[in-house]
Amino acid sequence: MIDIYKSLVEIVGEEHVSTQKEELYFYARDPGLMPAHEPDCVVTPETTEEVQKIVKLANREKIPIVPMGAGMALTGLIIPLKGGIVIDMKRMRRILEVNEKARYAIVEGGTSQGALKAYLDRNYPNLRHSLPDAPPTTTIAANVTIHGQGRLAQQYGFNSDMVSGLEVVLPTGEICKIGSCSMSPAWFSKGPALPDLSGLFLGWLGTTGIITKLGMKLYPKKKMRDVEIFVTDREDLIPEILFRLTHTEMVEDINIWFQAKPILFKGNHHVTLYITGDTDEELELKRKMVWDSVKEFRESKDGGFMWILPAMKPTFLDMPQKSVTTFADVKKGGGFEYSGPIILIEKYPVLARKLEELADQYKLAYSGMARVIGRSHAMMFGIAFTFNRADPEMMDRVKKALHEGIAFAFDHGGIPWKPTVEEQKMAMERMDPNTLKLMRMIKENLDPNGIMNPGNWEVN
Amino acid sequence: MVRLKFDENLCINCQTSDCLVKCQFIDIDRETAHQEVMKIIKGEDSSVLNDCVTCYACEEYCQWGNHPLYQISERREGKGMLTASRAITNQWINMCEPQGKYKVGEIKEKALSCCFIGELRRLARGKLFEDLRSSYILGPEFFCEVVYLHFAKTSVIKERLPKVVENIKQLGIKQLICMHDECYGSFTSLAPAYGIEVPFEPVHYFEYLFEKLRDLKNEIKPLKIKAAYQRPCSSRLSPDKYHLVGKIFDLIGAELVEREYQGENALCCGEVLRMVTGYEVANDVQKKNVDDMVLSGAEYCVFNCPYCQMALSEKVSKRGIKPIHIIDLCKMAIGEK
Amino acid sequence: MEYEEIVHRCFRCGYCKFTEDYLNINCPSYLKFGFDTYAAGGRMWLINAWLNHEIETSRHYGEILYLCNTCGNCKERCVFTFKDDLLNIFEAARAELVNKGLIPPAVRDYFKAILMNGNPYKEPQNKRGKWAEGTSIQPFSDQEFLFYVGDVGSYDEPGKKMAMSVGNLLSEAGLSIGILGSKETSDGNDVKVLGEIGLFKKLAEDNIRMFNEIGIKKIITLDPHAFNAFTTDYPKLGGKFKVWHYTQVLAMLMKDKKIPLSGYKVKVTYHDSCYLGRHNDIYNDPREVLKGIPGLILLEMSRNRKNGLCCGGGGGNFFTDLSGLGKDSPSRVRIREALETGAEILAVACPICSKMLDDAVKEEGSEEKIKVKDIAEIVNQAILK
Repeated sequence: MIDIYKSLVEIVGEEHVSTQKEELYFYARDPGLMPAHEPDCVVTPETTEEVQKIVKLANREKIPIVPMGAGMALTGLIIPLKGGIVIDMKRMRRILEVNEKARYAIVEGGTSQGALKAYLDRNYPNLRHSLPDAPPTTTIAANVTIHGQGRLAQQYGFNSDMVSGLEVVLPTGEICKIGSCSMSPAWFSKGPALPDLSGLFLGWLGTTGIITKLGMKLYPKKKMRDVEIFVTDREDLIPEILFRLTHTEMVEDINIWFQAKPILFKGNHHVTLYITGDTDEELELKRKMVWDSVKEFRESKDGGFMWILPAMKPTFLDMPQKSVTTFADVKKGGGFEYSGPIILIEKYPVLARKLEELADQYKLAYSGMARVIGRSHAMMFGIAFTFNRADPEMMDRVKKALHEGIAFAFDHGGIPWKPTVEEQKMAMERMDPNTLKLMRMIKENLDPNGIMNPGNWEVN
Repeated sequence: MVRLKFDENLCINCQTSDCLVKCQFIDIDRETAHQEVMKIIKGEDSSVLNDCVTCYACEEYCQWGNHPLYQISERREGKGMLTASRAITNQWINMCEPQGKYKVGEIKEKALSCCFIGELRRLARGKLFEDLRSSYILGPEFFCEVVYLHFAKTSVIKERLPKVVENIKQLGIKQLICMHDECYGSFTSLAPAYGIEVPFEPVHYFEYLFEKLRDLKNEIKPLKIKAAYQRPCSSRLSPDKYHLVGKIFDLIGAELVEREYQGENALCCGEVLRMVTGYEVANDVQKKNVDDMVLSGAEYCVFNCPYCQMALSEKVSKRGIKPIHIIDLCKMAIGEK
Repeated sequence: MEYEEIVHRCFRCGYCKFTEDYLNINCPSYLKFGFDTYAAGGRMWLINAWLNHEIETSRHYGEILYLCNTCGNCKERCVFTFKDDLLNIFEAARAELVNKGLIPPAVRDYFKAILMNGNPYKEPQNKRGKWAEGTSIQPFSDQEFLFYVGDVGSYDEPGKKMAMSVGNLLSEAGLSIGILGSKETSDGNDVKVLGEIGLFKKLAEDNIRMFNEIGIKKIITLDPHAFNAFTTDYPKLGGKFKVWHYTQVLAMLMKDKKIPLSGYKVKVTYHDSCYLGRHNDIYNDPREVLKGIPGLILLEMSRNRKNGLCCGGGGGNFFTDLSGLGKDSPSRVRIREALETGAEILAVACPICSKMLDDAVKEEGSEEKIKVKDIAEIVNQAILK
């Protein structure tokens, strides 16, 4: 019986392994609602080779491993359900390369969203990546592993669509290059025109391997950025409004949000859209096209653009938007959780009504939000409730409300995003059996000993 | 019951129909104007009800003080007509709804009204306000409600304004220095037009400023600057106070530049127009206004209303003109930052 | 525990770890140790768990609490409304451990030394003013200013060197200053920050009484930590004095041309001390002093002012040395950052920063590339002889 702790110390050094109660406590939980479960130890490797050695050890000894970034998915995906080793990837945080002309960056498995943004701002001000509104500590690798979305979602899709290559450590310990980097020094493609193997790792919630490096596509960053908010009290018009807006191809991000408080927002649905430009002319042209695209709704008085006061604008233009995080403290309780099914935009009205109904039924403070993905191909619809961590009864109500909400979304053709274990089960129950069979086959072959984040996507 | 005191005979006998003929946004001859006014009086459909952008100027143009804009707003609401979208209209109605969140200082018989605009509280600092700064009111409970004319929601005015007046009365305020031009217009024009008795003396802050500057005359160092004045829409409700702009400028050594869009011909800041009519009209109005300021050689654009300032500051700055509130300009003149 | 009602509100979002632009990790203990438990969010969650009896007091818990450098980066960066109380919460949690007698031995030893010897070095009280021997600096009788030196400046070698350069400079500029010498006692800033509130109060009250008795009205401090105590904590206990840090006084003297300077052609970068900078908003005066030296080129590190990286010596760590060194220690990271500017000198305004960074230069093997000098020493170099 080998001493796992000692083996890990040999790999990463004593300072970077902990079996102390305090680390076990902290890494057993996330700021969401899922119950805690302690790991046996936590490690913070600094290189791919260290990760590989840890994985080989775990595979040999059949110890569960859970790779994590910042743990802000809030759905318990980094909670080590079967104990084992939590691998905190955040010491692997370098930015390795930026290829300006091909517009991609290569980062490590623990590089944060904030660091990449800041690095580009300083060194490549004409380039940007699709930054989510999650806190800037969240890692790029974890975000693509769960198909996150950022500011460029409406233009270019999920953040995982923007991956341009991967280096992964397989559960059996091999280091694998995925995409163009498997045969070229350049990281411009995650698959095409080769067989696209990236799908074996993106969306699997860390159950098929650990991303130690990734290429991310970068996009043009314009000098100016402005925001408009189109407001309507008719949620049934939202799908058509979004269809018209996306037709212009002139908009950066489109978010829709609604909440009962503060009173200023009551009863309305707000379509926040961003426009960018290198010159005043470009910006004003885009603004004109955006205003014109919804002319019909303006003329019928069914919707109108809000006057965003100068004091309010920085909040909307902030990247990442801090107000998304501060929502957690609305109940002076430090917590919020949301389910964010991916679903057709035409379902917005029914989901919006359902959210208000759930909030009323369970007496909760809510925030409804949606982000357009692609040219109206789909949206992420966020059913969010805030809770007080010191009030277990309130937390329980939030869980129930979320469960009902996600079931409703599935009934209306939605698919889960960063699902909790329970939501994963609900999804798999509805899934095509052959699809499930394929998932099982992939998992069994990649991870024969079932060590990778066990308990998740358990297709058995 | 609160209702608009409108004398239709004044309109019937009016020979000029200045309210519409002088309108900067509606191109109309005297005969047609008179016809449209008659339609409005009779409660019929009129193109004016569609075309009015709510710049408030007709309140000044009307020789008889017969409140054409208030009447237009009444008729619009009566017909279920909206100016801005329903959602935006409701947003503004919700935004200013009294909710028990307001601020009241150490109230004396004389007090400052900061309306529901935090910026006005910030402006009320320094020597010009040292006697009065702590005696103030701020919050939706003291909001002047005039903005609902833009949204054709006179029902909100009728419901809330009497309560606002009562709230001020309850505090024992005898003289209210209105830091917002609109508040002054509300208590001296809007309230009386609706038969709402105002049991305190509203004082326009221009008057207060002018008197204060006279007291501090020895501390004034003439600014020697050229400035354009941005006249707010609400100023049309109290045209008798307009002359104070020139008087204040004279005292502080600022030259009020001659330009096309000033005085009776002033252009509003345009931002509400954006909500009410659309971006083309708003952009056009703002461009004309700022071009005019540039042509007149103005170094500063002096604001009376914080909302005008929010609307135009960036636009004038881009053209090399410094935006400043008239209170801050006066502070500059007495050597305060 | 005071602030108990706030602790559960932390979202462990991690904003507290970063600089303003998110480019760098700026929490010194998180930078060194790499576990989330060592960042402000981690501490909040652990304190919450401790309050709810989900975890017990342990050596590790104590270490994590005492490894906070109280640099204040988290206060600047946290996005929640309770941000201003973060350091107060950590201090309160430490005080809980002090009250229960469950503190790390190094912390206990620090308190014991202060209590028994009046200083953390366990040196005799009568040696306190010895650094001033051979200088023209006089004991305080009724001069205009008290030059308050503090523990580090009185006993630590680099600190004493700094006390001499500052004292001489002020004295030669014609300022009426005097020192307490062997009468001086600890200001108590780090005692308080380490959670021994009772001992701090005693030190502070004794100091206040003494200062009042001998007629001290104006104080110039060597150490930003003392500056902080005198301006933030002493007034609450009735100690109302006019206090300056020496860099503020130097800036005034230079503005009034009271220091004749020739020139000093050198490239310098300035390290913002946390207790001058983030805690007390003093960023410009030290820079004005440096910029006022003809020939001196002032270069800014990537992280400066509110974003400066702590040297790792604050929060009592200078004395307890719980953190240790290592390539990820903040002081070494800071030296690497200073080297990137191309500067020959890393200027400091704090005796703790001075020692921490000087040690780090040696660990980095960069003695030939960069020197750590306090601002007064640099000014002295430039004085017209």
